[in-house]
Amino acid sequence: MPDKKLDLIDQNLQDLNNDGVDRRGFLKCMAWAGTGLVWTMSGGIPVSRAFAKSSGKNKDAAKGADFSFVQISDSHIGFSKPANPDVTATLQTAINKINAMPHTPDFIIHTGDMSQLSKPSEFDTLDQVVKGASTKQIYFVPGEHDMLSDNGEQYLQRYGKGTKGSGWSSFDHKGVHFVGLVNVANLKAGGMGSLGHEQLEWLEDDLKGRSASTPIVLFAHIPLWTIYPDWGWGTDDSEQVLSYVKRFGSVTVLNGHIHQIMQKIEGKVSFHTAMSTAFPQPAPGTAPSAGPMKVPAEQLQQVLGITDVNYVVSGGSLAIVDSPLGG
Amino acid sequence: MTKQNMWVAGLATPVLIAMLLLLFAGSPSVKASDNGKASAANAAVKIDNFVFGPQTLTVPVGTTVTWTNSDDIPHTSVSTEGVFKSKVLDTDEKFSYTFTKAGTYPYYCTIHPKMTGQVVVQ
Repeated sequence: MPDKKLDLIDQNLQDLNNDGVDRRGFLKCMAWAGTGLVWTMSGGIPVSRAFAKSSGKNKDAAKGADFSFVQISDSHIGFSKPANPDVTATLQTAINKINAMPHTPDFIIHTGDMSQLSKPSEFDTLDQVVKGASTKQIYFVPGEHDMLSDNGEQYLQRYGKGTKGSGWSSFDHKGVHFVGLVNVANLKAGGMGSLGHEQLEWLEDDLKGRSASTPIVLFAHIPLWTIYPDWGWGTDDSEQVLSYVKRFGSVTVLNGHIHQIMQKIEGKVSFHTAMSTAFPQPAPGTAPSAGPMKVPAEQLQQVLGITDVNYVVSGGSLAIVDSPLGG
Repeated sequence: MTKQNMWVAGLATPVLIAMLLLLFAGSPSVKASDNGKASAANAAVKIDNFVFGPQTLTVPVGTTVTWTNSDDIPHTSVSTEGVFKSKVLDTDEKFSYTFTKAGTYPYYCTIHPKMTGQVVVQ
């Protein structure tokens, strides 16, 4: 079985490299979800292998790592429909998983949709749960659910201190430059995610003057590559972002929003979407809509998860490990 | 006219106006409950599977349109031209707007902007 999985992944990565992401690719991607995957970027060439569930085997990925951080996404605190009646409990499981890691991550990135309805009580619950993480430093970008009724004012007050505009910002960590982008504000009728002119100008300026050898990590809620326009799974002005990062040797883009793992490599830019901590969503085009997907209760923890990213100085690469909550 | 009569007339006029207002304001709702049919029409848009249905709704002037969200995910119904704006509609929540002028009113869900629809008022 593991060999079969490995073949599938290798085959798929080849497909991605040759002709971008097609529907066949999506369906194959779904085979990964719930099993997890170790994915290493080395000089622009992706090397992948099926993710071993035992954390003992997993240690290789972290070996020699200068630091690691964890991405969690789409917690949707306040959601209580059949797809997951207790999203607080599954977020707690995700935090427990982070705390049980053999290496303590330097920080956590939450890529948005912390809440279901932007309610103060939902944000309070989220704060309470993530407070229990061994890692105290958490960076946030908003999802559309976090900016529902007040143009994101509450979000900015709680999570956007020191950020610009609707909540974008950048920081450096041990030689890696991180940029949190907001593509869920002021969305236009008929469109997908959008960054807007002001943010793009800021980004161009933020990246200007940085050495091309600086590893860049961009994170935002909605994917910064077009996954499925019919469901709005993409960002209208993401091409411009890619033009700014083209000259860098290593660019990693981390997104949420679609509640499943998807990956794509375009030149030296690797795109990755994370699982949700709350509920899964269907693979593109496989359901009438992108609404929450109900799976049997015993399978839920296999389709929710966290993403562990290791930065290996010697290899100059980032290794991304997706782990299901129930793994 | 004596001073006293003027005073009475001054008091009576607002009272009369108030009574007339009550009469007019009250009559449509009375009619509606009497024959089970509102004098102004109602129409419905159902939000289901991230789609406004029907996508184009054609109604006469004076129609009250009610949007109902049947999804497990919140949606909004917001006029592209700023004519009307719902609050965030969670599952089974409703929003109504009465169209008093003829025209075409495009709208969308501000959370999922791929979701669009229009109301044509004739």
